[in-house]
Amino acid sequence: MLNCKQTSQLVSQSLDRNLTLRERLAVRLHLLICKYCRRFQRQLHAMRKAFKRMSEAIENDPSIQLPPETKARISATIESTHQ
Amino acid sequence: MTTPNAHDWLTEHSDYLYRFALARLRDTHLAEDVVQETFIAAIKSPSFAEQSSPRTWLTGILKHKIIDVMRKNVREIAASNLMNDEDANMDEFFDETGHWSEQPLAWDIPHDALQQKQFLTTLQSCMDKLPTKLASLFMMRDIHETDNEEICKELNITSTNAWVMLYRARMGIRKCLEINWLQA
Repeated sequence: MLNCKQTSQLVSQSLDRNLTLRERLAVRLHLLICKYCRRFQRQLHAMRKAFKRMSEAIENDPSIQLPPETKARISATIESTHQ
Repeated sequence: MTTPNAHDWLTEHSDYLYRFALARLRDTHLAEDVVQETFIAAIKSPSFAEQSSPRTWLTGILKHKIIDVMRKNVREIAASNLMNDEDANMDEFFDETGHWSEQPLAWDIPHDALQQKQFLTTLQSCMDKLPTKLASLFMMRDIHETDNEEICKELNITSTNAWVMLYRARMGIRKCLEINWLQA
């Protein structure tokens, strides 16, 4: 029987690799009886989702623009490269 | 000559490329640098004039530049010795029988737009608080979605090491959220 420490480790690893059948069953069994580890699992998934959402928000925000100074600098570099 | 073309591309695509880079690097200076490097690489490329879909082509170059930055970050981490750190110990989270010493409190991503924005800001600041090496590894995996095998190759560590470190990063961010979001 897994304890909370072992379960939380496997829950985290399940985001990085496929758990073995035995590990999956052991985790599932523990989660059945432990609401804190269920909470932990839900929150890890929520965190990953939130990071993804944050990336999408940045990518789709037209108010985020390359600073004009940087644009000017790149523009100058383009000029000099073609001299 | 190709010069006017490059300037048009700068006007049309640089903001898009910048946002693309910023979403992945989460650092304005690094994002500006990779966009600049992308344009320089583009105008030096022999296939520059033949591009019918410049945005796709430029994004492809940018992706490589971003990976280079991540690689450089993680190499520096590897050099600083991954496993030897004060946060290596997880005992603060669990008692000697392996039970939570502080049981996780209930929270979820808020639905309300404003609250969600505040939540994401807190999440970002929690990530920023991680030790650099953990943060970079975490970004490679959870933001950049690099696969585990590639991470291990880049860092020259075993899969087990990577899992342990990602576990620590997630435990740290989760705890930080609990303190700064829930109890704020």
